[in-house]
Amino acid sequence: MPSTLETTENLTTDLQTIASDVVHRAVQGGASAAECVAREGDEFSTVVRLGQVETLKEAGSRSIGVRVFFGQRAASTYSSDFSTAGIERMLKSALELAKITSEDPFAGIPEAEKLGALSGDLDLYHEDVYSLAGPERIDYARRAEKAALDSDPRIKNSEGGSFDAATGRKVLANSHGFVGEYRRSYCSVAAVPIAQDDAGNMQRDYWYSVARSLSRLDPAEQVGKEAARRTLRRLGARKAKTAHVPVVLDPMVANSMLEHIFEGVNGDSVYRGASFLAGKLGQQIAGSNITVIDDGTMVGGFGTSPFDGEGIPTRRTVVVENGILKSYLLNTYTAKKLGLETTANASRGLAGTPGIGPGNYFLQAGAKTPQRIIGDIKDGLYVTEFLGMGVNLVTGDYSRGASGLWIVNGELAYPVEEITVAGNLKDIFNNISEIGSDLEFRGSVACPTIRIDGLTVGGE
Amino acid sequence: MTETRQHFFFEHYGLTNQDLEKYLAAALSAGGDYADLYFEYLTSTSLMVDESMVKSASQGISAGCGVRVVSGERTGYAYTDDLTPARILHAARTAALIASAPAKTTVTGFQEKPARSLYPVTLPSVDAEITAKVELLMRADRASRGFDPRIKEVRASYADELRTILIVGSDGTFAEDSQPLARMNVSAIAKTEANSGRGTSGGGGRIALDFFFGEKNPEHFAKEASRQAILQLDAREAPAGDMEVVHGPGWPGVLLHEAIGHGLEADFNRKKTSAFAGLIGKRVASEKCTVVDNGTMPWRRGSLNVDDEGQPTQETVLIENGILKGYLSDKLSSKLMGLADTGNGRRESYEHIPMPRMTNTYMLAGQDDPEDIIRSVKNGIYAVNFGGGQVDITNGKFVFSASEAYLIEDGQVTAPIKGATLIGNGPDVLTRVSMVGNDLKLDEGVGTCGKDGQAVPVGVGIPTLKVDRLTVGGTARRDTGGYMQ
Repeated sequence: MPSTLETTENLTTDLQTIASDVVHRAVQGGASAAECVAREGDEFSTVVRLGQVETLKEAGSRSIGVRVFFGQRAASTYSSDFSTAGIERMLKSALELAKITSEDPFAGIPEAEKLGALSGDLDLYHEDVYSLAGPERIDYARRAEKAALDSDPRIKNSEGGSFDAATGRKVLANSHGFVGEYRRSYCSVAAVPIAQDDAGNMQRDYWYSVARSLSRLDPAEQVGKEAARRTLRRLGARKAKTAHVPVVLDPMVANSMLEHIFEGVNGDSVYRGASFLAGKLGQQIAGSNITVIDDGTMVGGFGTSPFDGEGIPTRRTVVVENGILKSYLLNTYTAKKLGLETTANASRGLAGTPGIGPGNYFLQAGAKTPQRIIGDIKDGLYVTEFLGMGVNLVTGDYSRGASGLWIVNGELAYPVEEITVAGNLKDIFNNISEIGSDLEFRGSVACPTIRIDGLTVGGE
Repeated sequence: MTETRQHFFFEHYGLTNQDLEKYLAAALSAGGDYADLYFEYLTSTSLMVDESMVKSASQGISAGCGVRVVSGERTGYAYTDDLTPARILHAARTAALIASAPAKTTVTGFQEKPARSLYPVTLPSVDAEITAKVELLMRADRASRGFDPRIKEVRASYADELRTILIVGSDGTFAEDSQPLARMNVSAIAKTEANSGRGTSGGGGRIALDFFFGEKNPEHFAKEASRQAILQLDAREAPAGDMEVVHGPGWPGVLLHEAIGHGLEADFNRKKTSAFAGLIGKRVASEKCTVVDNGTMPWRRGSLNVDDEGQPTQETVLIENGILKGYLSDKLSSKLMGLADTGNGRRESYEHIPMPRMTNTYMLAGQDDPEDIIRSVKNGIYAVNFGGGQVDITNGKFVFSASEAYLIEDGQVTAPIKGATLIGNGPDVLTRVSMVGNDLKLDEGVGTCGKDGQAVPVGVGIPTLKVDRLTVGGTARRDTGGYMQ
């Protein structure tokens, strides 16, 4: 049971000290190895709708998690209670829980010599995300929404403009003596306008800007106008006929195709044979124009960190080179299972075994502008939104809802909706016939405009 | 409600009514129409068996308090994971900044509503022997592998939690609840030289561990996952385009959740951002359709004794014989729209602002024999199992992904087809329902709904249902179209 009176005593103690102490006490308690993660963060968010503040949210929180090993048995526990009693209880249940797990010959923390962190300033933290006073933050959101509402009389409603800021600190310590820490900051501005045509039909879309520093955030007005443009072009959407036509993906949705490769090379799916890319290392899995890279070291990147979720320095990994599958993305456990080396892609939540996450993960840009890619197509589909998750990574079967614009004689002619796009991922990556020059990081995964041939568009 | 956990926060954190009044007074120190406090103490366990080994076991505790202040249409929110008076007061004063008026009069006294008991678990799963849970997973692993030699990989997982909450409001609201939740999932992969297939199955609810020793035991879920994986080995391409679709009973009710449910959440209608705004009293479905949201079903995953604003849940008729009857509302929407509060104010945790959400959403049984429904279809598909779905509430377009489906040819269910996404338009899809089966079934209890980044457990259900036209997103070529460049 939680204790009542001592919850503040650890508030001023440094997170690194707490994490190291937890590891030390786990080993004292009989664990052969231990690893502790501690996090603290603050968040601010506001939504302004039709010019009025709708929500204002502000809070901070801390949490801690421990993973213990008894030989090759592992278990993990977590808590938001930093009191002495709370941490004691977390440790005790971890040591207890490890008794019921199985001996797994591949379980364990990384070898000591692999641990470490990138040196130098990775440009991940800027205090300025909180530098605006409360009213100015609200104004940022208000200006984004206003720019959208003022763009066109058909923008008649809105789900609001928003401004968010957050900072977080993460500490990792383990029984090989590793103690590491990094801080990251984040701010974003967004607008979600709603347009209505004369018949009363509504369409909604959005746009946003996100940055690690307030100084790099796009102006609110620019975000609002782009949101309005994306919304207005959807008005009057109709269904399309079932057809086999070239399909062009806007970068916002092309991202998702790249994520399917990520899920396919994720070591956890690979060793279980649960991926359409399992066993394909060294083989041609995509067209020779396809090169995919994961790089956790890019200065200022959204997917950058000095070390991964197990305390291994992040690195740059060529995943696909000219269509050849060069590397899976792995953590320590999945690397051992496959007889390979980790790629430092361990992602560590508070509880459970580490998963696998991307660094800055992207498809290398091509030479053509998006306009030229569209300009080459007589009859085709330009997708601006996918709906649903109809992707089977075991078989590669792919079927998703879509909306966008129909391409006629090289022009975006009219909006379409309530259609499907289907194929198989094994074919899709061999049929990416064009790659745009418009690679831009708006998150940790980035993909330029791409053209895919051979898909089925389902409609009337 | 488990008796031992009553007044949990009073006993374990030393809270008193005077403290609660003080926190609410701080929340309303700058004016505002309403304030509430949501205290939460959550314990959880999760286990995973992979390659016939217990590879992962974890347990955790989180506790915190969220403070909300409502002023007109504005909401201020702050939370703390440290339940000391200083921290709660700080959160209350932060949330108070949303308002800018003289302080409201102090709150005195609370009225505790009579407690209901929809999930009277005496020994919540979180307290049960962990070895019993491990054994359930090992049984699932054996049964799934034993189903067919072509099953090559099995992963079985188990998760439970016990959420203890206290909600107090400046209107005198005082509600406590202890909400157990448990589920088990099995996923199986089948392989041959040429093909592979994936199957998943699972179930649970607000139940005790003994649920998994009854009819819904590990073998039940294991066999179902393996059966689906094996079936997929021989699946042929799904058709593409508009056609008749028969939905099997149970989980395919995700159709209602996406097509109708979200669009009827009151916040979207108050803001007129939903394709359903202004349609109350209008026909939105065939007269064979009656759809309800019901948070009062015993043991169900989507059920709650009280919602996350302290309001008792209820059965709400959304569509009656095809006519749109009502919305799902929370305190804010009901006040601003002048509607009754239907007890649908829900939140993921103390870190989140409550909003209107579904509980268990289903269509009442009709008159048709399921076999007659199949026989009536000349050329269509029979979709019996689905993955998830998604909806754009503004234009009403929704999708859901069939994971197990068959062709129907001349009134007969024939070959299994590959997974395909189905897409339709919410406000009119139910007008094309021409037959409703007499076999209403609810899902097994694994549904989780996401909205604005908040996940909450829900239930769905339908009887066998025939929709005369829905777009199926397959790959099989028909004579229309052809490849053009």
